[in-house]
Amino acid sequence: MNEASVRQTGSETLLAISDVERIFGGARKLVGGRTPAVHAVQGLSLDVKQGETLGVVGESGCGKSTLARLVVGLDLPTSGKITFGGEDLAELARRDRRALARKVQYVFQDPVASLNPRKTIRTILEAPLRHLTNLNAAGRERRLKELLDAVNLAPEFLERYPHEFSGGQAQRIGIARALAAGPELIVLDEPVSALDVSVQAQVLNLLDDLKDRFGLTYIFISHDLSVVESVSDRVAVMYFGRMAELGPARQVFRAPLHPYTELLMRSAPAPGRHQLLAEDASAELPDPYNPPPGCAFAARCPNRTPLCREVQPAPDEAKGAGPDHIAACHHPLTRA
Amino acid sequence: MAAIPVLFGLTVIVFLIMAMIPGDPATAILGSYATPENVAKLNQQLGLDKSLFQQYLIWIGNLFHGDLGRSYTLNRPVLDEVLERFSATLILAGTSLVLCSIFGLLAGIVSAVRQYGWADKIITFLVLIGISTPSFWLGLLLILAFAVKLRLFPASGMFAIYGGGDLPDLLHHLALPALTLSVVATGVIARLTRTAMLEVLRQDYIRTARAKGLSERKVIYKHAFKAALVSVVPVIGIQAGFVIGGAVYIETVFQWPGIGSMLVTAISTRDLLLVQGGVLVVAAAYVLFNLVADVVQTMLDPRLR
Amino acid sequence: MTDTAVNTKAKPAPKSARPGTVALLLNNSLATGGLIVLAVICLIALATPLLPLPDPDATAPADRLLPVFSEGHLLGTDHLGRDLLSRLLWGTRVSLAVGVSATLIAAFFGSLFGLVAGYAGGRTDTVIMRGIDMVMAFPYILLALAIVAVLGPGLLNALYAIALVNIPFFARNIRGITYGLARREFVDAARLSGKSPVQILFIEILPNVLPVIVITMSTTVGWMILETAGLSFLGLGAQPPQADLGSMLGEGRKILFTAPHVSIIPGLMIFALVMSINLFGDGVRDVLDPRLRAGSLSRPVARTAVARGGSDIPPPSATPGVLDLRGLRTEFRIGGSVYKAVGGVDLHVRQGECLGVVGESGSGKSVTAMSVMGLVPTPPGRIAGGAAYLEGEDLFAASDGRIRHLRGGSVAYVFQDPLSTLHPLFTVGDQLKEAIRAHQPLSNAQLKEKALELLSLVRIPNPKERLSAYPHELSGGMRQRVCIAMALANDAKLLIADEPTTALDVTVQAQVLTLMNGLRRERNAAILFITHDFGVVSALCDRVAVMYAGRIVETGTTREILENPQHPYTAKLIECVPVLGEPERRLDAIEGRPPVVNNLPDGCAFADRCPRVRPDCRSGELELKLSSPERGVRCLYPLGEGGTA
Repeated sequence: MNEASVRQTGSETLLAISDVERIFGGARKLVGGRTPAVHAVQGLSLDVKQGETLGVVGESGCGKSTLARLVVGLDLPTSGKITFGGEDLAELARRDRRALARKVQYVFQDPVASLNPRKTIRTILEAPLRHLTNLNAAGRERRLKELLDAVNLAPEFLERYPHEFSGGQAQRIGIARALAAGPELIVLDEPVSALDVSVQAQVLNLLDDLKDRFGLTYIFISHDLSVVESVSDRVAVMYFGRMAELGPARQVFRAPLHPYTELLMRSAPAPGRHQLLAEDASAELPDPYNPPPGCAFAARCPNRTPLCREVQPAPDEAKGAGPDHIAACHHPLTRA
Repeated sequence: MAAIPVLFGLTVIVFLIMAMIPGDPATAILGSYATPENVAKLNQQLGLDKSLFQQYLIWIGNLFHGDLGRSYTLNRPVLDEVLERFSATLILAGTSLVLCSIFGLLAGIVSAVRQYGWADKIITFLVLIGISTPSFWLGLLLILAFAVKLRLFPASGMFAIYGGGDLPDLLHHLALPALTLSVVATGVIARLTRTAMLEVLRQDYIRTARAKGLSERKVIYKHAFKAALVSVVPVIGIQAGFVIGGAVYIETVFQWPGIGSMLVTAISTRDLLLVQGGVLVVAAAYVLFNLVADVVQTMLDPRLR
Repeated sequence: MTDTAVNTKAKPAPKSARPGTVALLLNNSLATGGLIVLAVICLIALATPLLPLPDPDATAPADRLLPVFSEGHLLGTDHLGRDLLSRLLWGTRVSLAVGVSATLIAAFFGSLFGLVAGYAGGRTDTVIMRGIDMVMAFPYILLALAIVAVLGPGLLNALYAIALVNIPFFARNIRGITYGLARREFVDAARLSGKSPVQILFIEILPNVLPVIVITMSTTVGWMILETAGLSFLGLGAQPPQADLGSMLGEGRKILFTAPHVSIIPGLMIFALVMSINLFGDGVRDVLDPRLRAGSLSRPVARTAVARGGSDIPPPSATPGVLDLRGLRTEFRIGGSVYKAVGGVDLHVRQGECLGVVGESGSGKSVTAMSVMGLVPTPPGRIAGGAAYLEGEDLFAASDGRIRHLRGGSVAYVFQDPLSTLHPLFTVGDQLKEAIRAHQPLSNAQLKEKALELLSLVRIPNPKERLSAYPHELSGGMRQRVCIAMALANDAKLLIADEPTTALDVTVQAQVLTLMNGLRRERNAAILFITHDFGVVSALCDRVAVMYAGRIVETGTTREILENPQHPYTAKLIECVPVLGEPERRLDAIEGRPPVVNNLPDGCAFADRCPRVRPDCRSGELELKLSSPERGVRCLYPLGEGGTA
């Protein structure tokens, strides 16, 4: 396990994503041209600092899950570079997948689907210990107990099969598996969206607790703004494969720069809120096979100008109050 | 258009199968007493001294000109014989395919709608018997019962030898073999239709149809059946292959002058050009039929377009 | 962080809940029958060399064509005077051996191809599967014939031919399953656990594919035996004098008219063998296929079964609205246990009012909604008690025809996932028109006009073009608008919406909620709105009923419930959700998880998770105590004014 030292947030960069692009499709066909291509992620640059929680928020089709898979090396970028602790991640994934798996781990959205239905919890949790650490049998046994203890599960669970667990328990097992090899960074891909609200809070609190205990860094991906706000130090808002806004969580939510961020915030229902901001029915995502030349959000944006339709704004086109609050918008809501 | 590479692949496979045959075709044709000179001469005539690839090109070139070679046992062009026989098979297999589609679909729907009821139990059991009975044996039993004992149908042939040849005569001869041939496929289609219907009937859109206040008949025969058909149509396509294949037995049992009985004879007499031509034509027909099944499926399901 | 360890202690698993595979198989009498016949045939075949039988190949021209039950020849003799019983048993041995070997060979190679193709995907997959397709492009038996033509007639060659032509069948089946599994999350997880591709394929995926391989084998053995017999029947398999069942039949055919028993007997044996294998194979399939095992392939009937005792039908309440549910109980009977999904729910909705029913999964909120119009699937569901009055009419006593008339007419539904609730094969226009036509006799032109009108009503852009669109061509939000349009087709008095925005993105959800809110005011219909989200409730509902473990635990106006919850569960449920703009708030998680509704505790179902629990909470029946006609709580010690948990 990592030395359970709590590192200072905002010190050094752990993960650096620079100008990453991932295109699906576009393969050469046997006859005539290429299959249609979709940019799942495009022009994405962002740093994750040691010890922080970076929230990534966006709706379906915004590329947040692709980003997650790129970071853990389950998928490789079409172009651009991701470095982890200065080392090229794609290169590492190709050369030594296990070395990468020791550093970066992943917690899946669907906790039950991420556990092999025909394996006991012991087998599932032992796999990373066996392949990623050089613990002997006794060490593994001790470690299993520690892991279960860390996620608040009784040791009897080891001999059970996944179908005997509720969603919340299964997600704890998923978290224990991610912790097993003592990673530095954990990518949490919608870790609570498949759970009931009462269980959701248990898991969120557990994640918070583990982060402090093991000095982890999180990338927390969710479609739920309020969840992201409650867990994140910094937030990245994604739209249509690109970064719309990036900044410290408080600043982004208090004074959003990008109209899309504001739309998201005002669309979210909350207890006691009666009026939701709602657009026309015609407001939809652009066709991914035929993306617009300018800002992808222009068609839905109340502040659009002809400029927006033609020119793609740079990721840091707009700056917020702090130096690290940026947005890809020609006409931001609040100017610094 | 997906059919073109498949058809091309078929020719390669058929050619290779025949090229792999151990022994020397020339010797087979000329008999074991042929002189080496004669064998060499015939090999040259047949183009067997060239490379495999060249042989294939020559063969496929001839194929395009409708030349599949000559059958040495019948001493007539393979294509003529094959096409003549194939039309007889087409009548038999086509009728069976129609029969098994109709009965299979009906039985499957009834079985699904009356799940766990008497009709379902009886159909399920009959289907099991159907797919467990060797069709060639069933043919023999039917001959014994309907041709020998009851004398209702003829035991063999496609037409009566004297005074036959019209449509009623054909249908009279067709009844027993077509029925026998359709039994297994009916069972398979019925089973699949039942499963597909049950699967569909649990879908959310069936609940929507009910929530709209549609009659149960509309729910089942319009909404559920159409959706089930999407998964049954390719199975009917595959069953066409089983029906054409099964025709080999049935034609032998009922002495139907089709391509199946021709192939069996040709294999026994090692008339390989005839086997080659027969296999190629039947396989090509099967590919085309599956193409039709694909088109029908695409018409039914807009998501496949 | 709350102490959840206490609540996640493992309980001993109930033993009887999941009967073992073998027990399930033996429960199936047909499969057991098949197994017995098969076992007897196999035993006899194995014991054949030990039995006092004459030489199967010894000819005796003097004794030719003896009938059945002749002296010394129980089943008679064939045209060469050979003993039929002896030949039958020896032949069965051969046929069984060939059929089983062919199956094993085909299963091994087919599964291997399928596993590799499905797991590797991409180019490897394309190459392997194109090859397989090529082989499948031949009619099955034809290919076997061609192979026998190449290899020459003979039993072993027939075996190879049958095995070879069955490889594609296995490969396709296994490839499909593997392809699906290889893209499942647990495979990614194994990859991240450091397993190599070979380990993943054979340790993670293979155990999940194995049941399918076994199912495919058990359903093809019979078929392969039939096919080998067929080749022998044609004289291309077993060569004389060796007997297998097919060649016996083939020889018998020549003397069919004079000695039918010579061909009938081996045919009967093939039939018995294949039938027993198929019966057993179907049993194996039913047991191993998870869908069949769960009984989920049962066909739901048109309307939920109603099985309430005649006496306990509660009368309508004093303040009837459009809908008045009284003591509704809906159960599911699965296996031996009864799941009381809804355990006595009273609620009412007035004209122009929107009632939100809030609860977590398994609380029975959706089942309550579906019960109203009998849309709970039967089997396994049924309405076990209570009544639903629609403007005074007892819906559970109404005829099927009457219910059909009301469905989509007076009472319309909007469901959760708009993609699966629209029929994929009909255009949006057809589905809309169908909904109208079911209740209004209009001409085609009028129908089209009305459908257009409805699409415009739900603010779908370019309604004319959308009429001919298929559901998959629309976005999720558009699809849900179509569903709402369909529900509005016949001016329903009551709209039942079951989590209609849960499957949608936040911005689209806001659009749909705003649309529904507008329509509600315009149309003055009553709405029963099912959701798990208090935020959604705030945006739309006048009143709220909170459900837990199949019962309403608290009800009141939206404002009262949100500002002043009285049931500890309601209070906790509101507090455990993070709220935008309040990131500092510590989430107050609810410990443990809801009880399973087939084994509800005595007293309050929330007692185990309640911080304020007292001993008397765990016994007796708790009533919903009403403090005003609209305000009630099912708790012995409700929270005070302004109190929180």
